[in-house]
Amino acid sequence: MEPVLRVEQLTKIYRKGSFGKTHSEVTAVRDLSFCLMRGECLGLIGESGSGKSTAAKLITLLTDATEGRILLDGEDITGWRGKKLRQAYRKMQMVFQSPADSFDPRRTLGDGIGESLLNSGTRRAQAKEEIKKLLVMCGLSEEFAEKYPHEVSGGQCQRAAIARAIAIRPEVLICDEATSALDVTVQKEIIALLNRLRWEQGANLSILFICHDIALVQQFCDRVIVMYHGQIVEQGTPDEVIRDPKDEYTQRLINSIL
Amino acid sequence: MKETSAASKTPIPVRIQKIRRDTTKVRLIVFGILAGMLIVCSIFSKYLCPYDPYLQDLSIAKAPPGPGHLFGTDRYGRDMLSRVIIGSRTSIFSTLLLVAIITVTGTAIGVICGWHGKKLDTVLMRISDIFLAFPGLVFALAVAGVLGGGLHNAIIALAAISWPKYARIARSQTLAQKETVYLQAAVLSGSSTVKIIFRHLIPNIIGPILVTSMLDIGTMMMELAGLSFLGLGAKPPMAEWGSMMSDSRSMMATLPWITFAPGFAIFLSVMIFNLLGDTIRDYADPRMRGR
Repeated sequence: MEPVLRVEQLTKIYRKGSFGKTHSEVTAVRDLSFCLMRGECLGLIGESGSGKSTAAKLITLLTDATEGRILLDGEDITGWRGKKLRQAYRKMQMVFQSPADSFDPRRTLGDGIGESLLNSGTRRAQAKEEIKKLLVMCGLSEEFAEKYPHEVSGGQCQRAAIARAIAIRPEVLICDEATSALDVTVQKEIIALLNRLRWEQGANLSILFICHDIALVQQFCDRVIVMYHGQIVEQGTPDEVIRDPKDEYTQRLINSIL
Repeated sequence: MKETSAASKTPIPVRIQKIRRDTTKVRLIVFGILAGMLIVCSIFSKYLCPYDPYLQDLSIAKAPPGPGHLFGTDRYGRDMLSRVIIGSRTSIFSTLLLVAIITVTGTAIGVICGWHGKKLDTVLMRISDIFLAFPGLVFALAVAGVLGGGLHNAIIALAAISWPKYARIARSQTLAQKETVYLQAAVLSGSSTVKIIFRHLIPNIIGPILVTSMLDIGTMMMELAGLSFLGLGAKPPMAEWGSMMSDSRSMMATLPWITFAPGFAIFLSVMIFNLLGDTIRDYADPRMRGR
């Protein structure tokens, strides 16, 4: 199996200061390196503040990394800007943590889902059909295209967000705490939806699943990485990590839920 | 039994919501038509005047309102109704132009500052601080004084001192929206920066800016009138509501209708534009609809 996404020595340091002098530094992510294989689901777990979300922002280039490289499909996309970056986004999409905030409050869900389609050259009429299909695929009815984000529930909104993310058939889907803002039953439905997508897309969809819930990762992921204070402390299959945690932090994490 | 009571209870809130949702639309239409009428009136003011607004006839000077002259006449015997109608062109048009100029420039500068940040932001914002630190009307007087009198220069002078307010609002709104998740999602959807600014950012920040500009119509009308009064705006005998009011100040006790006519015109147009501004804000925000 070949890697579809490769992250090498990714580091992010937030510097505070003025007039070119640095007063304080916060290292959010340090030397993060991993590979996401084609068709794989990789879990990234860790407590709040461990750098998971920063990692997601760095990989999607929403924030610039201080150091390190990101390779998408064998291409080094680090530091890409403008048109080139927009090309890269056709292969990589993200589902955000807070479903209600991830849609423009002044536009319908259909507009939000269709945006990437229109940007990649799909015609309006065709995009409209596609939006309906995507909504149905994600377990919503076609009428949701005309609804505004404040008119739907969190779970419905997250389904629409997934529909938006998969609209242009990305190779890599990054789920940044996609289920954390939802209650347990809805969480289960979203996981079922993601599972179905994986099954349907096979090797065409790889998921980086960022989460703090180790039980969820155990059911859903092929491999898991544990982050602590911005660094990787442990990785392996979920069963290995849970049954025989080597790092002290992982042991604490597992003890806290079992 | 239980089901029927539940069924009879539910329709009521739904109906109330529907009626309220419709009022926003009705209000928008009503105030829109009223504001449109004012603007149309000001465009065709030449043909709407019953008398020549500049014709002096001392034989009928200081006539109180009556069947011949609905709003009476002033001390030179000019028909007040005609003067108010012809004055609408100067007052409404120049005010709308002024507000449009400051809203567009202010918002553009604010959005650029907020979005781009860094040094450009610092430089532009310090410039706007300089303008804000000056007493507005004094600065306008200085500008109008340097450029010379006349309505055009008065508009330029007022525009120069008024844009920073809009730049400030637009900048703070842009900064607040910039970090929102939906803008990041739009970036990930492959939209260009220009598209994101026009399709997502501006529709989300325009509400408070529009309301401010609608409320400013009244203020700007008064400030233009103030400059006209000081001889730096519209010049007599040109009919302009503000200067007409100022002219008649001294005769308020004896000839109240001369003040009343342009005063009422200002009151009416300011009120209509304010109400229109509020309604536009309500209508533009889908979250406010149906409340």
